[in-house]
Amino acid sequence: MSNASAKIAHLTAPRQRLAAALEIARLHADDLDRQGRFPHEAIEGLKKARLLGVMIPAECGGEGASLADVVDMCGALGQACASTAMIFAMHHIKVSSLVTHGLDSLWHRAFMKRVADEQLLVGSATTEGGIGGDVRNSICAIDRDGDEFTLTKAANVISYGLNADAIMVTARRNAEAASSDQVMAVVERNQYTLEMTIPWDTLGMRGTCSEGFLLKCKAPSNQIFPHAFAEIAAQSMLAMSHLMWAGVWFGIAADATTRAQNYLRAEARKKPGSTPPAAVRLAETFVLLQEMKSVIMTGIAGYEHAKLNEDILSSVGFSISMNNIKIATSQAVSDIVRSAMMITGISGYRTGGKFSVSRHMRDSLSAAIMVNNDRIIANTSNLTLVSKYDTNLVA
Amino acid sequence: MPAETLSANADLYDAGLTSFASVQLMLGLEDAFDVEFPEHMLNRKTFSSIAAIENSISEIMRAAA
Repeated sequence: MSNASAKIAHLTAPRQRLAAALEIARLHADDLDRQGRFPHEAIEGLKKARLLGVMIPAECGGEGASLADVVDMCGALGQACASTAMIFAMHHIKVSSLVTHGLDSLWHRAFMKRVADEQLLVGSATTEGGIGGDVRNSICAIDRDGDEFTLTKAANVISYGLNADAIMVTARRNAEAASSDQVMAVVERNQYTLEMTIPWDTLGMRGTCSEGFLLKCKAPSNQIFPHAFAEIAAQSMLAMSHLMWAGVWFGIAADATTRAQNYLRAEARKKPGSTPPAAVRLAETFVLLQEMKSVIMTGIAGYEHAKLNEDILSSVGFSISMNNIKIATSQAVSDIVRSAMMITGISGYRTGGKFSVSRHMRDSLSAAIMVNNDRIIANTSNLTLVSKYDTNLVA
Repeated sequence: MPAETLSANADLYDAGLTSFASVQLMLGLEDAFDVEFPEHMLNRKTFSSIAAIENSISEIMRAAA
């Protein structure tokens, strides 16, 4: 895209530019779910709408969109196609690390400019075979040689690995470092090779193509973030990932509810003068949806408040509250979709059709699994031993 | 890792301190010094080094005195 047309694209707000991409995502959602393939069309649509660099500050070529803007777009996309929405969310979690922790590094600033200009899709290699989903420990280590480093990582999940333009990878700082003494590096497609080790043929979220790979990379050392990964994880990744994922899950729940409502309305039309019995269930679903929305919106406000103060950001209370958002919304989405399926009955259970919520059901079940709720609760239970709950009802 | 190999200002997180271990450490400190860490001290910084822990304990004891 030329600079001139990029400027025109920026004249409208990101949320307005999303409309065309939403249509594309909705159109292909069932097909990529059936085939378990990457959503090429929708991601192309997002790139065309210049939406992959929105969070990057204007000084680095982006638009400085807020967390709320991005979560809202995750929610809108989640209503159209959960896999596309999750890819959009995961990309932005990576971009948020650049925005929060890369501004004081020349290389990372230049990379941000390229993400915005070239609409690069950024993936993540934070989990590792032998460690699983615990992103705060690594086995693999950075091996520095002069101004370059090499790294080999047995990553059991790299979502959209084969379709990413760059990958952010975590590793121990060096061969002697403790497993939790990690750094994160950005590696570009021409700096790594991927050898697929685990295919992605799953119940839901089939379009994220979260395959396992042996990742081998060699890149200049200045592509390693100057800040420790512990800092990045605590100060931006935790909040960003839980809130952006929650946005996606809200989208799934909202679309299932809409389908249930449409179904009931059609039923009601057939029998004028009477309210279908399942209408009560729909009313209850609205309660759940509202709870979910409140948890997300207060979570965003909580992060915006905390980010101004490093002490709050790194506090135990803040970690607990962000973990709670993940637990609450990942459970809520499945409850809501199940309720929508009870309302729509056999039409909802069917694969395909305007009242089907079967894809929603399968996609929603990933929520409790990705960064397993049992592990989060186990971490939180250690912290709730000592941290008192903030009972204030004002921020 | 033996404590005597760490300098007072060495970063305990770099030495392998996890968030789980830091809570266990804190409970141990509360028991040993008969104190309770207030909410505002429950953050990464408080347990980042032996010197930081020492400062925190002194601050709590001063506040209680």
